[in-house]
Amino acid sequence: MNIHEYQAKEIFRNHGIPIPPGGVATTPSEAEALARRYGSTVVVKAQVHVGGRGKAGGVKLAKSPEEARDVASKILGMQIKGLTVHKVLVTPAADIATEAYVGIIVDRATKRPVFMVSPAGGIDIEEVAAKTPDKILRLPVDPVYGLLPFQALQMGLFLYSDIKQARAAAKIMQQLYGAFWASGASIAEINPLVTTPAGDVVALDAKMGIDDNELDRRPELALLRDETAEDPAEVRAREAGLTFIKLDGNVGCVVNGAGLAMATMDLVKYYGGEPANFLDIGGSSNPDKVVAALQIITSDPHVRSILFNIFGGITRTDDVANGIVTATEASPLRVPIVIRLTGTNEEVAVKILQEHGFSAMTEMDAAVQRAVELATAGARA
Amino acid sequence: MSIFIDDSTRLVVQGITGRDGSFHAKQMIEYGTKVVAGVTPGKGGQRFEGTVPIYNTVAEAVRETKANTTVIYVPPPFAADAMMEAADAGLSLIVCITEGVPVLDMTRVYPYVKARGARLIGPNCPGLISPGSSKVGIIPGRICAPGPIGLVSRSGTLTYEVVYHLTRAGLGQTTCVGIGGDPINGTNFIDCLDGFERDPATKAVVMIGEIGGTDEQDAARFVKEKMKKPVVGFIAGQTAPPGRRMGHAGAIISGSAGTAAEKIAAFEDAGMGVAKRPVDVVELIRQPGR
Repeated sequence: MNIHEYQAKEIFRNHGIPIPPGGVATTPSEAEALARRYGSTVVVKAQVHVGGRGKAGGVKLAKSPEEARDVASKILGMQIKGLTVHKVLVTPAADIATEAYVGIIVDRATKRPVFMVSPAGGIDIEEVAAKTPDKILRLPVDPVYGLLPFQALQMGLFLYSDIKQARAAAKIMQQLYGAFWASGASIAEINPLVTTPAGDVVALDAKMGIDDNELDRRPELALLRDETAEDPAEVRAREAGLTFIKLDGNVGCVVNGAGLAMATMDLVKYYGGEPANFLDIGGSSNPDKVVAALQIITSDPHVRSILFNIFGGITRTDDVANGIVTATEASPLRVPIVIRLTGTNEEVAVKILQEHGFSAMTEMDAAVQRAVELATAGARA
Repeated sequence: MSIFIDDSTRLVVQGITGRDGSFHAKQMIEYGTKVVAGVTPGKGGQRFEGTVPIYNTVAEAVRETKANTTVIYVPPPFAADAMMEAADAGLSLIVCITEGVPVLDMTRVYPYVKARGARLIGPNCPGLISPGSSKVGIIPGRICAPGPIGLVSRSGTLTYEVVYHLTRAGLGQTTCVGIGGDPINGTNFIDCLDGFERDPATKAVVMIGEIGGTDEQDAARFVKEKMKKPVVGFIAGQTAPPGRRMGHAGAIISGSAGTAAEKIAAFEDAGMGVAKRPVDVVELIRQPGR
């Protein structure tokens, strides 16, 4: 789960990290009021779950409360990589002497949290890693012991030659690790970590991603989810216990299992079609999930055919068949449907489908080809 | 012959009285797996299906039944503890089916299990099956058949799809292993490839990967440098958009890393046959390209 910059900053602040004040505005007049309260030049920053906000025009400086109002009115409602901006963060502009990068991710190779720090901050860290890898220090943390003080200082000294600043940075890294671990994060990032002309070390940005698997045991973090910042269909899918990701094609896919769902999308492409989505109904046998899946897929106006690909293991194919019948009786389909199912209770499933005027196929390739043909014909009509 | 499990496998089922645990315990017993004990704290002294003894702790189950393997069906918040309890009890193979284990839990479980000399498969995996002898997990027994092919995969149902084609073409399996779709798991592709290379009954290997991470690239290097047996590969997620988690917690293209294209290139560089469709695995196994 992604959280917004202002939410991440709140968590970081609670762990003691020095961060300039800031407030969230949802209207231009709120932004103006915040700028008036700070009484200085402010930065108005779009709060959306994508990178590259600055380049897209979602981060602007405002020298007066009136300008803050004006800038906020332009940023609020703007689209950044397909997402609408509903909130801006208003924060006093800081004088910057140097910019560094500090981040923690869970590294798959070492199977540990790994710090990445670089004195080349403020820009895309992947770019730094590709062009000047010697400007990045990577430090795996043993999760049994946490970040040790000498390790933190080692990183501080990699960033700053001034011992006072190195110590301040080391303290921030300890606090960041604390926030990372306590929040069940998959990523925590400060970019940039700056020094001011007065010599202070301050975090100007904050980014945090929470492991979805942590949310059940951390209900206070689950509350940070901002559904207005997500695709409505994806929100609906999550509520129904489905994994759904919208894509640009016209063949709607309903599959059980993530690997098979990806392979199904790939096969749609192989046969000349374009998948409209990734959708995994999971391993359970619940007809309600199938009903929800069909509702979500059919609400996409670009979908020209629907493809079910079910390999029954734990999933009972007769439950899927019942779900299809229930959903289509409630609201008849306006696009053709192709159903492939095999595995657990296949005979029962085929009988249920046939009794309700559907036919079922047993081979994945044949079904995908058929769905692509129907989508292509539908798009031409 | 097979890898990891065979006729000598004596299995504990952790979470045997739960919904998934009881369903799959029955299926494993029907398949012929020696299920010697169940563990559910608070239900010690009872029997599962009137036969399998249930214990409060794994240590007790091991002491009383000489079990050597466990399969875990407990809910995500308790899965890390269950894996560590199993390792502490001295079991040599731990298979965790549970989906949704927090990844930070796994950063502690992995070194704990390793330090005690146990092998962990999963979490978030379908388990494994050595057709005709033993099944540990949830892979449907009837789609498999004994034979000379070793199979390792990050997926569940996609594995079934490929096994279904293999079995129908008369290509049975020594062992099918699902290593799971999480970013941190106990057993990786190389562990399984190494096992298959050493297993005299395995004549060829199928490796099914997906987007995310570099496990497949590392495995391809292992195939190139260390393996004599032919290996055929398939990668799911060629049409997956970057930055999105495709169902599995580990199936995500981060920035430009972990794409299907780079994995396929690594497979080709290793001289492996690369299937464009799941069904193509059959032809490639029949006529290996190396």
